[in-house]
Amino acid sequence: MSTYPILDKKDTRSGFGAGLLELGRTNPDVVALCADLTGSLKMDAFEKEFPERFIQVGVAEANMMGIAAGLTIGGKIPFTGTFANFSTGRVYDQIRQSIAYAGKNVKICASHAGLTLGEDGATHQILEDIGLMRMLPGMTVVVPCDHNQTRQATLAIAVQEGPVYLRFGRPKWPVFIPADMPFEIGRAQVLVEGADVSLIACGHLVWNALKAAEELAQEGIHAEVINMHTIKPLDEAAVLRSARKTGCVVSCEEHNRHGGLGDAIAQVLGRNAPTPQEFVAVNDSFGESGTPEDLLKKYGLDTPDIVAAAKRALARK
Amino acid sequence: MADTQELQRIASQVRRDIIRMVHAVQSGHPGGSLGCTEFFTAMYFHILRHDPKNWSMDGMGQDLFFLSNGHISPVWYSVLARSGYFPVNELATFRKINSRLQGHPTTHEGLPGVRMASGSLGQGLSVAIGAALAKKMNGDDHLVYSLHGDGELQEGQVWEAAMSAAAHKVDNLISTVDWNNRQIDGDVDKVMPLGDLKAKWLAFGWDVMEMNGNAMDAVLKGMKEAKGRTGKGMPVMILMRTEMGQGVDFMMGSHKWHGVAPNDEQLSMALAQLEETLGDY
Repeated sequence: MSTYPILDKKDTRSGFGAGLLELGRTNPDVVALCADLTGSLKMDAFEKEFPERFIQVGVAEANMMGIAAGLTIGGKIPFTGTFANFSTGRVYDQIRQSIAYAGKNVKICASHAGLTLGEDGATHQILEDIGLMRMLPGMTVVVPCDHNQTRQATLAIAVQEGPVYLRFGRPKWPVFIPADMPFEIGRAQVLVEGADVSLIACGHLVWNALKAAEELAQEGIHAEVINMHTIKPLDEAAVLRSARKTGCVVSCEEHNRHGGLGDAIAQVLGRNAPTPQEFVAVNDSFGESGTPEDLLKKYGLDTPDIVAAAKRALARK
Repeated sequence: MADTQELQRIASQVRRDIIRMVHAVQSGHPGGSLGCTEFFTAMYFHILRHDPKNWSMDGMGQDLFFLSNGHISPVWYSVLARSGYFPVNELATFRKINSRLQGHPTTHEGLPGVRMASGSLGQGLSVAIGAALAKKMNGDDHLVYSLHGDGELQEGQVWEAAMSAAAHKVDNLISTVDWNNRQIDGDVDKVMPLGDLKAKWLAFGWDVMEMNGNAMDAVLKGMKEAKGRTGKGMPVMILMRTEMGQGVDFMMGSHKWHGVAPNDEQLSMALAQLEETLGDY
């Protein structure tokens, strides 16, 4: 879509690293913790420039979450960094009690989320993390769509009081969000306006949704593309506005069909404006090794899958 | 500052509070609470540099205390109230609906004196380390204290934390283990032996002391010695020997009063052994 040309190809984790480094320079309360994945999380620049505010905890994620919670008591704003699986499932009870229930200002930053982690396979490809985190009372869940937005989101979560889960990924991915596009936690971005079907996506799949809209346009179908970068609190008004306009919805996410963005949208629609919805998501299974591209194809998350889902949704209007 | 005799009088009242709180709602954990009464009384009435009337979450310029084994909340709530963090009559709300005194301590209802939720075991040492690191970053030379159960040491996170405290030279932290050798299912030695506990903490790089937790003089002396060991590059561990149920004869010598409330008759028997010194709530 000409409105969103590919500016570059970069990994979202590098957007996190860039944002964290900026925070180090502008906010003396920001501290960073990492569980032996400093390079993978792109936290090395922060570590190098602010060694006194960087805490290496080793391969001990539970301890990392607890130390982060303790640091907040002294007014620090801790950013924890590890893979999404070890940021959520492995440490769920630590997050639940010491961070969420205790209301601590910890920023849980998770890379290598979803299938696009690739060759490491299902042990590392968590597809349940959005669900786990959005179930926690008081937890904000942010899933930015590209490098630029991940940088913006990293800056934004530092100034929002309270626990946040920030999810990003490993592969180099199209950068298409202009660096100066306004970003606000909890406010969806309508990237393309359309009247026939709403494609509501988060993370890497926002790009695929844009490509799908382009293909649909060639068939005379005008899709609206919404970047729902904040899963919680969900921008319910944006969902309802679009659903009432188009009359059908496709949710797109690199996550299990259960518990993620699609479920969040379905709940809003069910309560307020029952609307046909199709789910582009992993169909309640684990992933496997492969390239990100092959995995998205095999698990039904690729651009043609979004196109097909949009047509199914349209047929149900 | 209270002297030993005065502290013992306070401890007697704290024990009455524990028994009465648990009896009133027929739930809670009296055993470990009674065993740690001298420790809590000494801490809140003599050792901690704190200002209950000017409590703040960040605790800047004050010592901090974290209770990791949150189930012994009755003893903590009693000393918090008796030292002025909140009204003593609020102890009557323990474990009841709409209370700030939840079964396990939490920040959620905004109870002054509590800076972390605890109850799910094994998490408090990590939190205390984080708070201690923040104090160092803030240039605040006050200390962080934490208390842990011995059964709780079966949680793996404790040892992750132990390793990291030594690695990061968290020498403004004094952690204490309530070493009563009792847990819910029986003696710790039988449920899951801790082995040579002192050697374990030494091997993890801590400065380790032992202390009798049920003699007020020994607690005061031990805690002062522990303070003297801070600032020397190592976290300080106190292995505190206690008797679960201490001060109430029929609750001692067994794990059975870990989480059981006394009935009316047992309440009378217990209170008859504990002088009312400060006035019941």
